[in-house]
Amino acid sequence: MTEENAAPPEETDQETVEEVDLGPLAYGVPVTESFGQTVLHPAPDQLIETATVLQQDGFCMVIDLTVVDYLTHPGRTDLPAAVTPQRFEVVVALINHQQSTRIRLRVQAGNNQPTVPSLFDLFPGTEAMEREAWDLFGVTFTDHPDHSRILMPDDWEGHPLRKDHAVGDIPVQFSTTVGNR
Amino acid sequence: MTSDDLTLALGDPERVHRREQSAVLRMNESDAEALTGDPENPEDDHRMILNMGPQHPSTHGVLRLMLEMEGETVMRSKPVIGYLHTGMEKTAEDLTYLQGPTNVTRMDYAAPLFSELAFSLTVEKLLGIEVPPRATWIRMLMCELNRVSSHLLFQATNGMDLGAVSMMIYGWREREEILRFFEKVTGLRMNHNYIRPGGVAADLHDGWRQDVRELLDMLPARLKEYDTLLTNQPIFQERLQGVGVLNPAEALALSATGPILRSTGYSWDLRRHAPYMFYDQVDFDVVVGTWGDCFDRYAIRQNEIRESLRIIEQILDLMPEGDYRVQNKKVTPPPRVRIDESMEALIHHFKIFTEGFHVPQGEAYVAVESPRGELGCYIVSDGTPKPYRMHIRGPSFVNLQTLPHLMEGGLIADGVAVISSVDPIMGEVDR
Amino acid sequence: MPQLPILGNTQNIANDGLEGLEHNFVTARIEDLVKWSRARSCWPATFGLACCALEMMATGAAHYDLARYGMEVFRASPRQADLMIVAGRVSQKMAPMLRQIYDQMMEPKWVISMGVCASSGGMFNNYAIVQGVDQIVPVDVYAPGCPPGPETLMHAILTLHENIQSGELTRRRDANQGGAAIDLPPLAPAANQSVTLGEKEGA
Repeated sequence: MTEENAAPPEETDQETVEEVDLGPLAYGVPVTESFGQTVLHPAPDQLIETATVLQQDGFCMVIDLTVVDYLTHPGRTDLPAAVTPQRFEVVVALINHQQSTRIRLRVQAGNNQPTVPSLFDLFPGTEAMEREAWDLFGVTFTDHPDHSRILMPDDWEGHPLRKDHAVGDIPVQFSTTVGNR
Repeated sequence: MTSDDLTLALGDPERVHRREQSAVLRMNESDAEALTGDPENPEDDHRMILNMGPQHPSTHGVLRLMLEMEGETVMRSKPVIGYLHTGMEKTAEDLTYLQGPTNVTRMDYAAPLFSELAFSLTVEKLLGIEVPPRATWIRMLMCELNRVSSHLLFQATNGMDLGAVSMMIYGWREREEILRFFEKVTGLRMNHNYIRPGGVAADLHDGWRQDVRELLDMLPARLKEYDTLLTNQPIFQERLQGVGVLNPAEALALSATGPILRSTGYSWDLRRHAPYMFYDQVDFDVVVGTWGDCFDRYAIRQNEIRESLRIIEQILDLMPEGDYRVQNKKVTPPPRVRIDESMEALIHHFKIFTEGFHVPQGEAYVAVESPRGELGCYIVSDGTPKPYRMHIRGPSFVNLQTLPHLMEGGLIADGVAVISSVDPIMGEVDR
Repeated sequence: MPQLPILGNTQNIANDGLEGLEHNFVTARIEDLVKWSRARSCWPATFGLACCALEMMATGAAHYDLARYGMEVFRASPRQADLMIVAGRVSQKMAPMLRQIYDQMMEPKWVISMGVCASSGGMFNNYAIVQGVDQIVPVDVYAPGCPPGPETLMHAILTLHENIQSGELTRRRDANQGGAAIDLPPLAPAANQSVTLGEKEGA
């Protein structure tokens, strides 16, 4: 993984002018590489803009939208220096059919009340994915057409995939191996 | 690769972008229950919200549909899912990377090897190891056979949903032969846990070429039987042609992949356009539809079986000798006989099966072309033997978003045909 | 007429009048007939949830063939079904549906818990899966496996049939007060008694 820091960060701005060496991406958001794939790191308020530019550039489909809760992670080493890590990270994967390339966006959504704008207007296919992210992680997507639970029952309390939500397993007799489970 | 001519014919995706007056019924249950309509208005009399599922005879698992109907016509609909939510992504955080395939294999239970493949490829990417060629060819063989058995399942359930009940028996008859081969190789008929990080669990058995040859000899004739029974039959054609139409722009906007996207005329298959494993060394066609209707989706799957058989035929000749798993002692358990001889082998065996092998920190996403579309696996690793976060991009979960738009304006009987042609597997929808 | 081989202890009954009675009738107790027919015509309700559903369908298909036990008709409506094969993992959201379907089935009804997920939660010991459907419905036979192959499922079904036919299950139900415990009031209303339709007593 290579990290590129071309210019020193601006005062309080999270935006850094980076040397983007892949394709005509006009908007400067910090970029890294992960196992041969480009990863952009827009801030939540840059997400819509970045996605718009990417869509105009040929990234015709949002393949996947998910969230990672970094609460018990030892510490991320693959973020650019300009990006402050937050507990919840929204990961959006896009694909460009014409050039057969993929790109990933990692948006630092927040620590307590993670919020990012919804990508529904650009990519209607994110409707179900964002509902799942809300249901399982509690990330709010502003301006989502149907912000409701999709997998858990409607009256479920809590967001199951958060790291502070228990697995909910019942103790099983004789299964006392401390190491694995 | 999509040609530039296709960009002109992509169509207008406007109706899937709509928030109001959309085919998607964005109403929750209590609001739906509260609707009573106006008894004075004679037109209001016909509009109702009908509940279909989660237990219903269409064998597509526990999918529930709220259908807003005007008489017999479906106006808006909402697929309600979550009835099979198993918390697999949470469970994955408690299982080592070696145990991971047992978990993901139960997501898409009609094509379990693909989920295992996506998971294993992602772990291998994070580890930075390369599996030996024979392992890759074995994986390709098993996956293509799994594609055939999954599409046969589609033919069976699709036929039965449309009334050709004998199709169910025919499809399962062929599937049994393939499952028998799987049982010989992997030990299980379903949910094999065969494709693991580092290679495959066991080598192909002696005489596998003979078994595969028998499958290849038997299947084309049976497929012709299906053509006689279904494809050329006027009733079948009337029920499927023109039903559930989608244009390419709408499919792209809804992130649909797989036969749904290809039925609209858009040629995108990961095996051809973003090749993984050795798909660039085999000769096969990407089957593309024209009208984007249910008949196209049926025909695509029918012909994809033929293309998979073509690939398998080529693999029979191309399969090299060699190891079936990577010889990295930290990842692959040693052969059982070595455990008696070598202390080191015993320790490695113990470590790998109790603690698991450590994967360095990183995050990666790898996708494969499953029978339903793009099946991707995103893993965030943190240096421990268990994934920090594992997410499977289930194609059926995303493809289900096309359902309201396909059913809009159709009759409820067409709705059954549409659900069947989308071919969702609820295990991977709900995970 | 071709000469048919005479097998076993057959007699020519063409000329029998009343003497042929013992050749032409079978006698049994009504109880046994009822149990025999219940066991031989046990129609399952479609309750395939996950992977086990595919193996259940394989059992119903041509190779393993449930039709030889009279069970190939999977009734979609639970009112017409005798047997509920819970095939697959039951999630928290699905549990009320399971109970609702079970309640709609008419007595006598049986439940086979197919697979380890239905029997005990299986490999999914977490927040989302009910750890065994016997928390929700009374189970008669448990079939282990992940998924149980068609042969295991058939073994479970045949075990159920044996227990139905020997009366074991109904005996146990009466002993444990299981089942729906439907008490039918004695019939024969008086002629001058008015009957109100649409009223149910109790629940």
